[in-house]
Amino acid sequence: SKNSEEIALFFVYQTSHLLLSASSSRVHTAMDSLIAQLQRQFRDYTISLYHQGFLDDQFTELKKLQDECSPDFVAEVVSLFFEDCEKLISNMARALDQTVNVDYKLVGSSVHQLKGSSSSVGAKRVKGLCVTFKECCDSQNYEGCVRCLQQVDIEYKSLKAKLQDLFNLEQQIVQAGGRIPQ
Amino acid sequence: MGMAAESQFHVLAVDDSLFDRKLIERLLQKSSCQVTTVDSGSKALEFLGLREGIERNHPNALSTSPKLHQEVEVNLIITDYCMPGMTGYDLLKKVKESSAFKNIPVVIMSSENVPARISRCLEEGAEEFFLKPVRLADLNKLKPHMMKAKLKNQKLEEIERPSKGANVEPEIKDSTEIGIKMLPLQSEFEPKQLHLQVVQQEEQTLSNNKRKSMEEGLSADRTRPRFDGITTAV
Repeated sequence: SKNSEEIALFFVYQTSHLLLSASSSRVHTAMDSLIAQLQRQFRDYTISLYHQGFLDDQFTELKKLQDECSPDFVAEVVSLFFEDCEKLISNMARALDQTVNVDYKLVGSSVHQLKGSSSSVGAKRVKGLCVTFKECCDSQNYEGCVRCLQQVDIEYKSLKAKLQDLFNLEQQIVQAGGRIPQ
Repeated sequence: MGMAAESQFHVLAVDDSLFDRKLIERLLQKSSCQVTTVDSGSKALEFLGLREGIERNHPNALSTSPKLHQEVEVNLIITDYCMPGMTGYDLLKKVKESSAFKNIPVVIMSSENVPARISRCLEEGAEEFFLKPVRLADLNKLKPHMMKAKLKNQKLEEIERPSKGANVEPEIKDSTEIGIKMLPLQSEFEPKQLHLQVVQQEEQTLSNNKRKSMEEGLSADRTRPRFDGITTAV
């Protein structure tokens, strides 16, 4: 009877071992598929941002500059860019509020700066708007300037929201233990 | 001597925009350069001048190159063109006019593609003119300039080191005590001046050739191929 006890125990041990590995591999698969799903989302979202013209190849160049030494580089410059946007747009709004005594030189130089940084960050739509804006400044077209200012404001905020979504996806992937697709 | 062991280049980057400074700093670090960033031309001169102050006290007053004996030398200056106060062009002129710093290669960056501006900078002695946004591929063009400048400095250092009798002319031995003390200085002068002339001629030829190729390339977007098919010639 001791023998059969041992056999029974052995049998129980084997079965439970099987059950354990089966369930852990199920957990492993679930995690993997979550990561894969997030990565797919990330890739698709990134591609759509390029396709819809929000980003251009300069953004790709920025990603090349990110590495273990500078792991948050893209997020840092992007946030610097949006700070710039806020400041410059507020300066321009103030200048345009003067209605009759608009300092077009000031507006023009702010647009020039915004054009430069949007170009350097890969913010394609913002850059495009700045080109139009500059033309309105040069011809002192008040209505045109006001219109451009509104559009630039909408555009940078829209890009900011999208890039925030992208960074959030990145975070989720990293937290799930996955790698961010390049 | 020490500095000969350094293989890293040290670049002084000048730009009034914080964003652009951050970008150029990362680009240069990624290209394995040491970087110092400043936000104006005057700060750049200050930074260089600080080094120069150390040199003035050096016993070898014949030195024309500024940074042979300090720990950190500047191998290249890269500067934005459009800056309030001192523009990149002004800074370039000041550097090239100074006997101490004229051998430091200077690169100008600009967000605007203005051919007249570009040729003016190149004529004033800029090694390269980069259109912004500057990319990693652009920085690969800098290594040869920095290497050449560094080698030139090493040559000058070898000449300036007091000769241990190797260059002494035979007639000195016949002179009086006073003569022996004074003449070695004189004889040191000549070989060095000759060498400097040769180096300057080489530099002139090189920069002439470079200027030609720059000008030829100006009509096409010369800086780099654009993969999105859009060239930004204004």
